[in-house]
This record gives sequence, structure tokens and C-alpha cells, in this order.
Amino acid sequence: MPESIPEPAAVHTTGKINPAKTCQPIGAMYAALGIHGCLPHSHGSQGCCAYHRMHLTRHFRDPVMASSSSFTEGASVFGGAANLKTSIKNVFAIYNPEVIAVHTTCLSETIGDDIPNILKTAEIPEGKTVIHINTPSYQGSHVTGFAGMCKAMVSYLSTSDGFQKDQVNVLPGFVNPGDMREIRRIVNELGVKLVMFPDTSGVLDTPLTGKYQMYPAGGATVAEIRDSGNSSLTLALGAFASNDAADLLQEKCGVTGIPLKLPIGLKATDAFIMAIRDWFGVEVPASLATERGQVVDTLIDTNIHYQGKTVAIFGDPDHVIAMTEFVLTLGMVPKYILTGTPGKAFATEITKMLEEAGITGSKVKAEGDLFELRQWIHEEKVDLLIGTTYGKYIARKEDIPLVRFGFPILDRAVHPLMPVVGYRGCLRLIEQISNALLDRRDRDSLDEDYELVL
Amino acid sequence: MARQVAIYGKGGIGKSTTTQNTVAALAEAGKKIMVVGCDPKADSTRLLLHGLCQKTVLDTLRDEGDDIELDAILKPGFGETQCVESGGPEPGVGCAGRGIITSINLLESLGAYTPDLDYVFYDVLGDVVCGGFAMPIREGKAEEIYIVASGELMALYAANNIAKGIKKYADNGKVRLGGIICNSRKVDNELPLLKAFAEELGSQLIYFVPRDNLVQRAEINKKTVIDFDPTSGQANEYRNLAQAIDNNKMFVIPRPMVQERLEELMMQHGFMDAM
Repeated sequence: MPESIPEPAAVHTTGKINPAKTCQPIGAMYAALGIHGCLPHSHGSQGCCAYHRMHLTRHFRDPVMASSSSFTEGASVFGGAANLKTSIKNVFAIYNPEVIAVHTTCLSETIGDDIPNILKTAEIPEGKTVIHINTPSYQGSHVTGFAGMCKAMVSYLSTSDGFQKDQVNVLPGFVNPGDMREIRRIVNELGVKLVMFPDTSGVLDTPLTGKYQMYPAGGATVAEIRDSGNSSLTLALGAFASNDAADLLQEKCGVTGIPLKLPIGLKATDAFIMAIRDWFGVEVPASLATERGQVVDTLIDTNIHYQGKTVAIFGDPDHVIAMTEFVLTLGMVPKYILTGTPGKAFATEITKMLEEAGITGSKVKAEGDLFELRQWIHEEKVDLLIGTTYGKYIARKEDIPLVRFGFPILDRAVHPLMPVVGYRGCLRLIEQISNALLDRRDRDSLDEDYELVL
Repeated sequence: MARQVAIYGKGGIGKSTTTQNTVAALAEAGKKIMVVGCDPKADSTRLLLHGLCQKTVLDTLRDEGDDIELDAILKPGFGETQCVESGGPEPGVGCAGRGIITSINLLESLGAYTPDLDYVFYDVLGDVVCGGFAMPIREGKAEEIYIVASGELMALYAANNIAKGIKKYADNGKVRLGGIICNSRKVDNELPLLKAFAEELGSQLIYFVPRDNLVQRAEINKKTVIDFDPTSGQANEYRNLAQAIDNNKMFVIPRPMVQERLEELMMQHGFMDAM
């Protein structure tokens, strides 16, 4: 983060300073870890793979395993086919995963390696699976890569056996294992059979047992993903991360797909639960009604702390869209809303919500960067910043509190285990937001205004 | 489902001219066609559009960003053909191969491949020099390839190299060689030589296009021969070629030759008889 920002404000063109996004393969690698017994494979040079593993490890604080095609100068001249075939042979022989999920890198994309063609001639042991997705980092973002890998799961695995089962597919979006665990709990409470993929719970939130397991017990099995073609409904949570896979599932296997927001916040969680209730005709159990009631009660108890406060939100589009809706529920004023991922749908969705809430003068931008966000905040301050760890520099320079939310969070722990989805997630977010504002109030108040009870 | 056809051949052999004249003949016969120019020079649709008036996919991408409308890159040309130029970097910079991958992916995501198309033609520059230039023959894209050649050694050498590329993709995929198109240079014994060459590859000489200066005159006028002088004999030659492609049933995995065999063939047909 620069020490100072230029005066007058610099005009932004195509260049980016501190983009609010990262590489496609990071998303593809994370999604692949949500398949049981899967080893993600990075088709490119070793540096890509090492960086992606490290970045994921720093966020989840669990070891992230992945293999690489280990390109050298030779591979970039002659193409990576030989490397990929050797990798597949070696990885199955040495690390013995159930699935290898191949994603590409900028180098292999520029060489133009034709992955499906290479996979056709690769030696894949009986009963094992290799899937792939092209992930050039010069297109889209890590969310695009995540969406791509979810789509690859459908295109390679999902099959319709010609009948439909009373079960729901949930594409959870690019959320933490704790969120996926919570989504599973909610669907279980509703009494509907769930197929969720990817599912990193039990993979990236494993307990310390003293025994290392390369492939932990969690993750969606190949059989489950295959069976998703027989489900009667797919709920695609988060348009940017999940719509592609849901669309393909509908086209390929005839499973009806309903696009929803990530179930973050009261409205989006309601919508998620109601979609299942309406489709399967189940009763919402008293336990969930109680949780919802607790959220409403808390909103009434705490609204004075955040009502009317201005907020800047940045991060991945699905997260930011859901969070914007939630802060509107809280009565806050979203002033700057920004994502690094490209796509017109982002601004359309956010603008619609702001209009409905009667809020004007907010700035909304997709494919933006944190330099611009800081410039906006510098010109006209907000009370709170909500976003990833990268926001801490803006928070410090502009002296505003930061609530950490989304991916990546590299400077705090525990968050991957704690859900932000569902009604419990609402409580957690309300707590974080009001605590951040109250801590600030305590810090800034004069001795005579320093209150015991707030 | 449209028949997707890729035209390859040595640089300067007349791929673009032959492709556009063939397309014009097919369009005249009522076929719905999209032409995708895969050459950074962006001159694959000049005759159909009556000039270089097409903004390329990659220029549009550079100027306007990722959110492009299909209309911005798809222009209607002669006989309601749909014309696209992939475009690419200036000579000596960047990566033209990646450019082709990017623009074909973009066409796909924008829904350019509509079900009412009878044909999609890819006009691809020179040799299949890198992975990007093989994009048009990847799975789900062109399944038939025609190589434009003449009786000159270098043209046949390039054609043989292209056959190697095709074989590589054909062994695991659906792409097949549909035949060799001879764009005559009036070389000695050209017809028997090309026939022998095509047969040696396991394919066929699908058509022999004679040399005619009318083609150059039409080009200067930025038109195909079909468009410029529809009653001429040369226009009929292109109509015959178009018909031969339309009726073609012979699609093979080529058997490329080693260099020695190619030169032997050349001596046998090209020069021996002439000497």
C-alpha cells in the first residue's frame, strides 16, 4: 500500500494496483480438494503449484497437497504432453489418489496444450479418475477457476441414470469448510438428502490426531458427484462460483437448477431454506425457527450500534453481493462495493439492491483494485471496512476498523472453522461488525464518555 | 450441426483466396456459413467483405475489454456469410497462437456457433507451428481438414508437415484429412504429382484449381471470382471445388512421409518426366 495517494486523484485505466483477486488455479485447486481422495495437479512449472499451495495453506492453516507437471524449458518448447502423462503415471503409482484433478497454468495455456487429447493417451489405472479444467490466469480470477473446476466435476462425473431421487445438490460456492459443514447441518435439519460438491469439510478443517493422512475422510466422493445427475434439484449458491456447474447439470442430466445468493445474512439464508422447503415439501423444524428468532432478537438488541453507519465492502463477488444484502438488512449504508473479479452481473445485482433500499451515491465496481478503493475512502471516509486481509493496509492508513471476511484471511486464525453462512453465521457477523464499531467507539471516546454499558 | 472445416497450407499458397472463393460458391448455393480467419494479418475475409473493414476479435478485446457483443466481431459478407477475423499481434511481438485460442474460446462463449449454420470454415496461417495453431482442430472443432498445395517442393513439404500435425490429433480425436486442394502454379506435371502425393498420404486430390489471372483481377477489386465474374470459367472451377467438398465422403488419418520419400516422389513425377 503506497504511503501517500496522488493528488489530484489518479485516473484509472487498465492497469491494476493491488488487484482484489488472484489466479484462477488457486480456485481450481481449492475446489478439487473438495473431492474425496483427490490430488489437485498443476499443469505447469513448479512455482505456480508451490505458490497456490502456500496461499491456501496460509488461509486454511492445514497442509494443502498438490502435484505439478514440473515444466522446464524443454516442456515450454515441445509442449507439456509428456510431462502430464508421466505425472499421471507417477502420481497414481506413488501417491495413489482416487482422483487427479488437473488444472492448467499460464504457461501451458500459452503453449496451447490440448489437455483432453493428452488425457486420452495417459495411463489411468482401472477405477481411477482424471478430470481437468483450463485455468489461464490472464482471464477471470480465482473465482473463475473455482467455478471451472466445479463445472469439470459435472462434465466428467455427473451422470443421469434416467430416474430422479429425492435429493438435493448443493453447490456451496467458494466458502470455508466451516461454512460447508453448516450448510450440511441445515439441510440435514430439514431432513432432505444432500449431495454437496465440492465439500472441503473434513479435508481442510481436520482435527489433530497425531497421524498424518494424505487424503482425509472428508470431501464429496466420486460416487456422490456421479449421483448428482439423479438429484431432483440443484441449488447453486453464488452465481459467480456455482452457476456454470448448475447450468451444465441441468443441460446434461436434466436436474433443475435454482441460482441463489450465498446463504450469508438473514434474507439469503431464508431464501436457501425456503427453496428446499418449497421443492421437497418439508416442514422447517422448530430448531431452525429458533435460530432465526435469535438472529431477529439480536438485531433488535444491537441495531443502535450499526444503524446508519457507512461501510465499504470488497472481496469475491458472491461474498460481496450477499454481504451487501446483509448490511442493508442491518440498516447500514454500503458506500463502496468492489470486487476484483470481472463480470457485469456484479454491478447489476448490487445496483438493484441499492436502488431498492433507496441508497444513492454509492460506488460499485467489478474488476477493481484496492488502490482505487483506498482513494475513494480517502476522499470520503466510511465507518467500517469489510473484506479480506489485504484490507488491513487501508484500515491502518485511513484509520477505520476492518471486519475480516472472505478469502484470503492470512493474519487471523480460526475463521475457516467458523461459519458465516446460515443463521449462526448471521450471529457471528453481527457480533464482528458491532464489536468492531464498539471497540472503535471505546478507543475514541473521552474519559467522561467512556461507558461501562453499551 | 455445422460441418466445421479447417484449411491449412504453406504461407502464400492461396489458402485465403481459395477458402473465400469456395465459401462464396457454397453461399451462392444457399449454404449458411461462418468464416473464421485465424491469421494475424486478418485478410481471410477481405474478399467476402469487399475490403479489410473488419475489426478483429483481439483488437476489440484490447480496446473494449472482456465484455464484447457478438455483433462487434461478426460481420455479414457476400451471400450472407458471417465473417470473423481473429487477428493477433504485430509481426515480431506477442503470441499469435494464444490469440487464436482466445478468439475461438470467445466465439464459443458468445454463442457464434448457431445451430442454423451449415458450415464453419477456419482459414489458418501457414504451418501448424505451435499449439495455438492447432486450436481449430481440437475436439469439438473442425473435424475435416483440407490442405492447399501446389507442385512446388516447399508447398508439398509444408503439406506433409501439416499432415503430421493432423495425424497427431487424429489418432485420439475425430479430426480427419478430407483431401488436398491443388492451387496450380503451372509447375511441370503438377496434376500427376499432386495425385501421387495425395494418394501417398492415404488421401485424395479433391480438386485441381487451374491458374487464372482473373483471380488476381478479382482480388484487386476486393472480390471473390464468384462475386466479380460469376459467368467465368474460373468461377465454375470454384463451384466444382465447393461441390466436391460438399459431397466429400473420404476422411482419413493421413500417413505423412519421411523427407526422403517426399523428395523421391518429387523426382519421380515432377522432374523425371519433364527431363
